[in-house]
Amino acid sequence: MGKKSNAMDPTADFSDHSIANLETKGLSQGQIVRRRFIRHRAAVGSLFLLGSIIIFVFSALNLHILFFHYHGWWKYSTTDLPELMYKNCPNDSIGCPTLDVIPKFIDGTGVGLGAHPFGQDDIGRDYFALVMRGAQRSILVMFIIGIIAAVIGTVIGAIAGFFRGWVDAVLMRFTDFIITIPSIIIGSVIGFHFGNLGVMFLAFYLGMFSWTGLSRLVRGEFLSLREREFVDAARVAGASNRRIIFKHILPNAVGVIIVSVTLLMSGAILLETALSYLGFGVIPPDVSLGLLISQYQDAFTTRPWLFWYPGIFIIIIALCVNFIGDGLRDAFDPRQRARLTKRMRTRKVPLENQGAKSE
Amino acid sequence: MFAYIMRRLGVLFVILFGSSFILYNLAAISGDPLEALRTSSAPNAKQQMLVLTRSLHLNIPPPIRYFIWLKGILGVFIGHIDFGMTRNAQPVATSISAAIPVTIRLVAGATFVAILLGITMGIVTALRQYSRFDYFMTFVSFLMFSLPIFWVAVLLKQYLAITFNNFLSHPTVTPGWLIGLSIASGIFWAAVISGSRKRVWSIFVAAASSTGIFLEILSITKWFIHPGLGPVIILGAGIGVAFAITQLSTGISHRPALKAALVMAAMGPVVYYPVQYIFNTNGRLISFPLLVLVTIGFAVAISFYFAKIDRGPVIRTAVLTASLIGILLIVDKFMQTWRPYMETDAVNYRPIPTVSQANSLLAPGNYWFTALDILVHMFLPTIALTLISFAGYTRYSRGTLLDVLNQDYIRTARAKGLTERTVIMRHAFRNTMIPLTTIIVVDIAGIIGGAIITERVFGWVGMGTLFNQALTSFDLNLLMGVFLLTSFLTVFANLVADLLYSALDPRIRVGG
Repeated sequence: MGKKSNAMDPTADFSDHSIANLETKGLSQGQIVRRRFIRHRAAVGSLFLLGSIIIFVFSALNLHILFFHYHGWWKYSTTDLPELMYKNCPNDSIGCPTLDVIPKFIDGTGVGLGAHPFGQDDIGRDYFALVMRGAQRSILVMFIIGIIAAVIGTVIGAIAGFFRGWVDAVLMRFTDFIITIPSIIIGSVIGFHFGNLGVMFLAFYLGMFSWTGLSRLVRGEFLSLREREFVDAARVAGASNRRIIFKHILPNAVGVIIVSVTLLMSGAILLETALSYLGFGVIPPDVSLGLLISQYQDAFTTRPWLFWYPGIFIIIIALCVNFIGDGLRDAFDPRQRARLTKRMRTRKVPLENQGAKSE
Repeated sequence: MFAYIMRRLGVLFVILFGSSFILYNLAAISGDPLEALRTSSAPNAKQQMLVLTRSLHLNIPPPIRYFIWLKGILGVFIGHIDFGMTRNAQPVATSISAAIPVTIRLVAGATFVAILLGITMGIVTALRQYSRFDYFMTFVSFLMFSLPIFWVAVLLKQYLAITFNNFLSHPTVTPGWLIGLSIASGIFWAAVISGSRKRVWSIFVAAASSTGIFLEILSITKWFIHPGLGPVIILGAGIGVAFAITQLSTGISHRPALKAALVMAAMGPVVYYPVQYIFNTNGRLISFPLLVLVTIGFAVAISFYFAKIDRGPVIRTAVLTASLIGILLIVDKFMQTWRPYMETDAVNYRPIPTVSQANSLLAPGNYWFTALDILVHMFLPTIALTLISFAGYTRYSRGTLLDVLNQDYIRTARAKGLTERTVIMRHAFRNTMIPLTTIIVVDIAGIIGGAIITERVFGWVGMGTLFNQALTSFDLNLLMGVFLLTSFLTVFANLVADLLYSALDPRIRVGG
């Protein structure tokens, strides 16, 4: 049944069921997941928003990666020291934002960015450039922590769950061992000594300590999947352990992994800001969103914008990642979706049609 | 089972040994405790360095020094544990035992409120899955997931504390607030209860108008200046509580339970004046446990009178109702203390503080003043921490309940013709609580770890502050003391959670 006839189907209201029925029509697992994800509007919107933010933030400033030089579209960099502006600022404050989003017919001035849309900091640095740099750092940290934790957690959890026995015991006790050392403590201890090694190193060691929850989840998933019939069938057919792990079990566990990594990433962005706030994360002159907030929290009463802009960026990024994670969870694990609500049950369309249709 | 527990405990100690060894050495190489003294120009700097070196054994390399520290810790087996000395020549145990009550006060309240609200919200949103209320709460909880706590804390200090203080010093509800709060309450109740369009509107109108009238009455009678409940309101609220608890616990149709709960409600105003007398003896602590015991004993006795068979549910209902009415009486006492507390010089009509854990200017001696002082200092940090941790419980309990509602035994229960209340409260809710319990156990153990950032923003001196202080001044013994306590509790709570899980859910076996 194609899309067209589906739209005219009286039971199309039961969108969950129509999708469930399509599963029998030769769609691959990936296609099913993609369809379910696209139906989660908040998640798709968040994915789009996060993508735009990443492009916006990373294209704003100059980038130098090895031999690659990119010239950003924003006129200031984080090290420029333009003159501190204090014209038209409320309460005799300095460096207030020039961003104006109220159209001309309300306040007389038009919509425009002005010289410093987010204002300036104490010594006149452009705050928009600082926030962009901070957001770059936060996004970078988020992805590095996510990738490192995903790799370590999946490998350890998979090996422990697949081989069981003493391998499992050793690896799980090792995981317990890492769990006892809270990442904020190890972050502070190392950060205090090596903190100025830069943001990449910070992300790297935080990743080294954030995989524990994931490895337990993956282990549980492997423990249950390895007992399933299709694994027995593969083994009888002579598949090697490697093939069973990569071709048979891992694709079935990938949903759990992806969902949990997304949630881990949104936690990572908050961990980085918290550590920077305490002074154990990113260290000046480098910039991060948490650092910006902690530097200017005392200026809140007089210059609130120094506090608002970095905070809003943290929240938007973390919120997007959370929604994407929720959409992925819905897509991979539809157990929570298919429940018939009371309203559905009392609708005009009798349920028998459902059963008839799926045959 | 016993062998399994012993094995886990053994592994627990090995893990703690390993991680403490590594952390000790890491922390030892992370800085030089004598650095400040080396550059100091004080005449006795050299002397101080010598004293510090001797008392902290700084001349011994860290891997070996660790065993000196461990020897003190292992004293726990001979009944004399020694955490060592801090830099300021004070026993670590003293600093920690001073910090623990502060931390518990800070985190325990917030954890409790977050668990209660979070689970309630999770259940309501699961029962109203895909309603507007569900989408709204999903958005709110994701938003709270994404909030950095220090950011929330600064906002709370700046807006909530100041606005609330202004309101409390001149408590009149302005028309703007009145309308706003009424509409908010109308939307909230209409969304929670939901139903057909007509019903939603009538609920909205009813909730909004009753909230508005209620606030107006409070404002006109100057209730905000002289708050209090009094026996009449306690009777009214008690009857409401009795019906609500009975409905949730056994169902209204269970007459003995309803009767027992209503007797409890009637007892509220009866005991009001005697209880005031006991309260006014200025909180001799012995009387509180006694009051609790008397309340529970009375509730049990009444249930025995009303129910001849199957007493369990009746006792549960009566005890829950009695406890809530007891809480109402205590709240009333706090309200009566409010005005005199506001009028003291130490408070001076600005009751909501933004920093510190207690008002040092407040004269000691009055038990209720001190208790109220602690409560108002807890106000902002508790809100901040609750906002952050509330979201996790909501999402988790919503997910678990939805999972449970899809199980076959729920369909069976419905097919048997059980009422929706029984299906939800007895079959679904209890099974939802199984995974939640294990999470709660681990979280409660985490309370002792404190909240480094919250403590810092609000200027409390708890475990988090202690840890931070130890780290920045390279106070190794203090650092290890905090670490040992928190990590022991974490690992231990995980063990308890595993055991509890298998005890609550017989499908899961530990050991094996």
